[in-house]
Amino acid sequence: MAERTFWTELWNAKWALLDGIAITTELSAYVVVASTILGLLGGLVLVYGWRPAALLVRLYVDVMRGIPVLVLILFWYYGLALFKINIPAFWAGVIALAGFATAHMSEIVRGAIQSVPAGQSEAAKAIGLRFWQRLRYVILPQATRRVLPPWVNTAVEMVKATTLLSIIGVVELLLATQQTIARNYMVIQFYLAATLLYFILNFAISRLGALLERRFAYMRY
Amino acid sequence: MLAYNFNWDVIWRQWPTIVEALLLGIGLAVASLVIGCIIGILCAFGRVSRHKWLDWTIWSYVEFIRNTPLLLLIFFVYFGLPQMGIRAFDKIESFILTLSLYAGAYMCEVFRAGLASIPNQYVEAAKAIGLRPWQRQLYVVLPVMFRITLPSISNTLISLFKDTSLAAAIAVPELTFTARQINANTFRVMEAWLSASALYLATSYAIAWVLRLVERRYSVIR
Repeated sequence: MAERTFWTELWNAKWALLDGIAITTELSAYVVVASTILGLLGGLVLVYGWRPAALLVRLYVDVMRGIPVLVLILFWYYGLALFKINIPAFWAGVIALAGFATAHMSEIVRGAIQSVPAGQSEAAKAIGLRFWQRLRYVILPQATRRVLPPWVNTAVEMVKATTLLSIIGVVELLLATQQTIARNYMVIQFYLAATLLYFILNFAISRLGALLERRFAYMRY
Repeated sequence: MLAYNFNWDVIWRQWPTIVEALLLGIGLAVASLVIGCIIGILCAFGRVSRHKWLDWTIWSYVEFIRNTPLLLLIFFVYFGLPQMGIRAFDKIESFILTLSLYAGAYMCEVFRAGLASIPNQYVEAAKAIGLRPWQRQLYVVLPVMFRITLPSISNTLISLFKDTSLAAAIAVPELTFTARQINANTFRVMEAWLSASALYLATSYAIAWVLRLVERRYSVIR
């Protein structure tokens, strides 16, 4: 029997781990895209929305931000099953994480919009732009610059939060690693390997964010 | 089809356990915050020191922690240390260790920003009245830095409190673990998770409120 080293074990586990990375990436992508779209809507409602609607969004945001993600995930996972809504753990996880991230994104968008000086919006009104035009050509381009740093942070947080779905049995990178470890007992080596993979993934997102920030840095006021 | 009959009896029967679990969570968060603050201060001073290698080491620690999922770190410390021959920690201690290291990385950044925002004149004035370097740090820099960073410290405490829910993964009997047990034992899904959510929410806001009072007392007027 060939000697069992970390490298041979890693080679044996390569497909499991690669699948794990794929699931982690897929989860993160769904969550980030969904929460960005919903968060943009939420942020707009918070700033410009009809009062009761804004209050409702505010309530949602404040409730979501006060509850741990893990509780939200377990709530969704067990709660949906209770009402005979039979969806895979993967989608229960996406819903829970996206719901959580939407609250954060709404707050980020609200902050960014409100940080655009009032003079900008007034000037846009003065030259006769309609609401949507003001938003499209004046407010949002400037808000984008403010949104980027916290948006990148939230994206990184979400990649990290996908690990929590291992608890409800989504075989993402962490659970794939744990299953590998259960087979070969190389605890330290494989957790370190997983750590490294997450680090690479998140560091890449951070770098990408920094790149985008530089790209948008020309918009100063 | 969506009918659900609430039965809160299970919650009331388990109430002492739930309260204990909640207090354990708060304890874990506070302990980690305190240790994390100490780590953070040391790291922040290390980063502004003249030694390049120290700066670089601490930078890698901070980046490593900030880009790694907390759950992975928890498992790594809990399952990895015993394999390396370190069996000194039970699961609560190992969780506090992990959360402290995690908090330390975040606090390091907070304190570094705090140190950077101390007006230069303060240090110069302290020099002028003849304070020694350690006296300058202890009596001038640190108090001012704490006041400046107080809002960030309270935010960190709240997020640490929410992060204590991850201790459920290594069977530390805190609130999430207890709710999960009630859920598993009684199938009172809604009651278990609604009360856990409500308690987390209430505690987070209570912590925020108390810390706001502290901030109002100590914050610097700038």
